[in-house]
Amino acid sequence: MISLSHYLLLGDILFSIAVAGIFLNRKNVIILLMCIELMLLAVNMNFIAFSHFLQDSTGQVFVFFILTVAAAEAAIGLAILVVLFRNRRTINVEDLDTLKG
Amino acid sequence: MGFEPFLFYLFSAVTVVSAGMVITRRNPVHAVLFLVLAFVSSSVLWMLLEAEFLAIVLVLVYVGAVMVLFLFVVMMLDVDLAALRAQFIRYLPLGLAIALVMAAEIFLVVGPSHFGLADYPRPAPAAAGFSNTEALGMVLYTVYVYPFEIAAVILLVAIVAAIRLTLRHRPETKYQKPERQVRVTKGPDRIRIVNMPSEAKAGGPATPKVTPE
Repeated sequence: MISLSHYLLLGDILFSIAVAGIFLNRKNVIILLMCIELMLLAVNMNFIAFSHFLQDSTGQVFVFFILTVAAAEAAIGLAILVVLFRNRRTINVEDLDTLKG
Repeated sequence: MGFEPFLFYLFSAVTVVSAGMVITRRNPVHAVLFLVLAFVSSSVLWMLLEAEFLAIVLVLVYVGAVMVLFLFVVMMLDVDLAALRAQFIRYLPLGLAIALVMAAEIFLVVGPSHFGLADYPRPAPAAAGFSNTEALGMVLYTVYVYPFEIAAVILLVAIVAAIRLTLRHRPETKYQKPERQVRVTKGPDRIRIVNMPSEAKAGGPATPKVTPE
């Protein structure tokens, strides 16, 4: 039978893949944002698994708020990305050194 | 193996493989599409956990709105892919090592020895008439109504910020100014009568001089 630890391990694997993706694609801001979305998915998976196995709907309410905040974050992040590309013609993280002291 | 473990392993495998594709694809459009696949298959897993409302919300809001927004941005930006992928191989061992260490550490905490069926037995399945949406709404609009309002304000802030960031005024484009259009007065703003002498056409007969008014 599927136990709670199965779902927690799935969240574990997803989160680790997202961390590896941040290391591998450290120049591309779009992929970095997508890795953050993957991390949020892993966290939401854990919340819903605990909510089911403890029979407490608070976890699902929390996932609801995480989805809201993640949507706002994605919208603002992509808007910043578009403005950045319009001004600098690049989204390479290493070219964004204007604030270098 | 019953049908439910089969579904769990199938959709877990799809989720993990597509998450791996997200971070290794060369083309960002393919990466976004694999991320959509990961979201859809994990929404099936959420349905197995009897969180039907959030599973539908994940598909409608996340896949339908946020991922499409990602796809728009990826397709609009003309990105030099070769430069962005230059040091991919160089960071591969470090990234894999850190990910494996993290996965092993989390496994030691959440493994079957702590969160197995002995400690957390499977709850009884919900009754046939049980509505997950109704149960969630009952909690959300009573106990968590204040955080709910704050979430609405966060969305409003996101709307205003995204519009203000991407709004741009082009000086070469001609705009109407409605506030000046409605404030025009009937007399001197619309018509102006000038007093000028008429001139004879070169070589033609001289026209009589007419003075307006």
